[in-house]
Amino acid sequence: MKDSATLDLTDLPSHGLGTASVSWWGTLAFMLIEGTGFALSIVVYLYLMSLAPHWPLDAAPPDLLAGTILTALLIASLVPNIFLARWARSQDLLKVRIGLIVMSLLGMAPLILRVFEFPAMHIKWDQNAYGSIVWVMLGLHTTHILTDLVETLVLTCLMFSRHGDNARRYGDVSDNTMYWNFVVATWLPMYACLYWVPRL
Amino acid sequence: MTGRDSTDSRDTGFNDGELDHRLASVWSTPPGLWGALSSVDHKIIGRRYISTAFVFLALGGLLALLMRLQLAQPEARFIGPDRYNQIFTVHGTNMMFLFAVPVMQAMAVYLVPLMVGTRNIAFPRLNAFSYWMYLAGGLLLWIAFVLDTGPDIGWFAYVPLSGPQYAAGKRADIWAQMITFTEVSALAVAVEIVVTVFKQRAPGMSLDRIPLFVWSMLVTSFLVILAMPAIMIASTSLILDRLVETHLFNPAEGGDVLLWQHLFWFFGHPEVYIIFLPAVGMVSTIVATFTRRPVFGYLAMVMALIATGVLAFGLWVHHMFVAGLPRLGESFFTASSMAIAVPAGLQIFCWLATMWAGKPIFKTPFLFVIGFMVTFVVGGLTGVMVASVPFDTQVHDTYFVVAHFHYVLVGGAVFPLLGAIYYWFPKLTGRMMSETVGRWVFGLIFAGFNLTFFPMHILGLRGMPRRVYTYQPEMPWSALNLFISLSASILALGFLLFFIDVIRSARSGAAASSNPWGASTLEWATSSPPPPYNFARLPVIGSLEALSDQSTALPVATGLRVDRRELLVSSVVEAIPEARESSAGDSIWPLWAALATTATLIWSIFTPWAVVWGSIPVAIALIGWFWPKGVPEDES
Repeated sequence: MKDSATLDLTDLPSHGLGTASVSWWGTLAFMLIEGTGFALSIVVYLYLMSLAPHWPLDAAPPDLLAGTILTALLIASLVPNIFLARWARSQDLLKVRIGLIVMSLLGMAPLILRVFEFPAMHIKWDQNAYGSIVWVMLGLHTTHILTDLVETLVLTCLMFSRHGDNARRYGDVSDNTMYWNFVVATWLPMYACLYWVPRL
Repeated sequence: MTGRDSTDSRDTGFNDGELDHRLASVWSTPPGLWGALSSVDHKIIGRRYISTAFVFLALGGLLALLMRLQLAQPEARFIGPDRYNQIFTVHGTNMMFLFAVPVMQAMAVYLVPLMVGTRNIAFPRLNAFSYWMYLAGGLLLWIAFVLDTGPDIGWFAYVPLSGPQYAAGKRADIWAQMITFTEVSALAVAVEIVVTVFKQRAPGMSLDRIPLFVWSMLVTSFLVILAMPAIMIASTSLILDRLVETHLFNPAEGGDVLLWQHLFWFFGHPEVYIIFLPAVGMVSTIVATFTRRPVFGYLAMVMALIATGVLAFGLWVHHMFVAGLPRLGESFFTASSMAIAVPAGLQIFCWLATMWAGKPIFKTPFLFVIGFMVTFVVGGLTGVMVASVPFDTQVHDTYFVVAHFHYVLVGGAVFPLLGAIYYWFPKLTGRMMSETVGRWVFGLIFAGFNLTFFPMHILGLRGMPRRVYTYQPEMPWSALNLFISLSASILALGFLLFFIDVIRSARSGAAASSNPWGASTLEWATSSPPPPYNFARLPVIGSLEALSDQSTALPVATGLRVDRRELLVSSVVEAIPEARESSAGDSIWPLWAALATTATLIWSIFTPWAVVWGSIPVAIALIGWFWPKGVPEDES
């Protein structure tokens, strides 16, 4: 079939940012997958609770301290995260580098607190179904903190390399901040479920 | 950053021949083994995916024949009970997870980028990774089966039968980990399809101009994204119960066996529509082409697809009617199960109206569509029957249900798929399949299928249970079973002829023109098979029927770079061009990542520490995959 040129794309930008970026949409789609996983884990928790004669099963409600500090820390981490997103949008290399170092540290800190959270549950995964679902939920969320931390560390190295100052990399940083928001947002219902539902 | 850079090279400066040459040098997969292993071309991976899925279909079919051989007479001693359990489990698992879902996604991997007028699928390396994961999952299941450690717990692996108490050894773990492989690959493809459809459509292809097959794959992909996490949670929990003694499914410690059924069917019922909706899209495409008119009721068809997708999540409990659930719940799920017949019926009537108003041409793909309609309506009617609790209680776990779901899945999905293979074969290979052989294939498969599966309804009503490896001669089942087994050989002959036709046509079929059926969707605007870059210049879309409006010239867009893999990103609703975007080049890293993930997943059947140590090579492979290599595709 013969062609007839009717549209000229010459002056379009050579990389899409924000909603014009395919990786932004890809990140969103993966958040939908993982968000469904988180939601289902909460459903399983509530389902098991609805069957149990008393809840928590054979354990005291979890100690609040470690989990609550972690929750506060995660919420506080949103502030530098939002700044980092803004700096990435304005492609400010120096500030993005600083922001990434800060966010790397803020990715490690919750992992340290998480170490104290598991014993605060007063139950092991192999004691009963309550212990199992609690450890599954904590484990699921910890995996997300961990993978985001690794991604942030790799991006930090990348932004200090010769490949750093590139609109594509700023887009990656921006997607990474969006993903961290997701990691924080999914924790809030998990926190309410793990720490406060047993006290109802 | 925007506009023309003095160093880059654009398609505007070249004549057709020179442009093809330039694009080919940028987009072609290099020859040889390394090139094949590194390729990220959606057409190469799509063909690979489709071929692999059909190999699994053939293997699953062989297992079905073994079962029919065993059941042909009472008290047969051909296969023992243990091997029989493995055979029906692997047959079902293989057909659902290694054939039906992947083959539909594979068709989309090949066709969707062509139908929306782009040069490659979104996230092409993820696409390569997903294929390797799928292949590894398939090999895991089949190698285990050959080694006599195939799963023997049914394709839905109900606890407690699959739990640590009753399923010693590693058979159940192999089933559960095979799930992880296939779901990772299915989820990856779903994300690619969603993003390709949302962001890579040709300029002007607004939402109301998207071909129906692409709509069906979009809805299917959302079903995958929302349903498959449930089975991943379920199978991971099963592995945890078996490996590290959690008690999620153990009633003695506060767990629950019905929790498994809820999680499994919350995935398992949408799964049926994950298989069926792509078939609906194939039928719509074939009907439009062979009646020489657009499908009647485009908007109604799209709404029916979406309605089916939504309702699919409200039906799962009808698989659990005999599990002793509250009456109110059963009534609700009876109503919702019957409600889903409404959008299905709507689509049937739209196709009938299209045929009524058009001038049907009875070529092989269209014959399969007619076969689909007849068979699927029968399967749909028995579906409405089993949606009613008293009837379901009577026929639950009998051959009636076996007949019902084979009518729905084979009639509803495999018939359209075979029609789709005959229809798109010229685009896949550049050659036509034989029309004469095609008619024989259709006749044998249609007759063989109905002769095999219709009597199973009667067997079920006479009380023959599913999953028994033999039965006693006093039961009134022998004659029908012999008849079914003989009929199965007709069905098998039909498939054998189909495979022979495929192989023969791929080698020496008649050469196909770019649009041999006179169809109106975009994949026919490029050569058969398409060049590595799909379209030398991206098409511009002015109506739903992309190719029927213009008899001479196809409107196209110009201005893309030819010195890197570049395609167009457009807006979600109206497909207004937003950016020229690069598309990732060939890479071996997805293969390394898949190998590292495979080793980790298989190792983790034996020890939880595999996850810890295995994550290191996986992370290295992923960093290698994403680290910039200083190629033109990395420029912005």
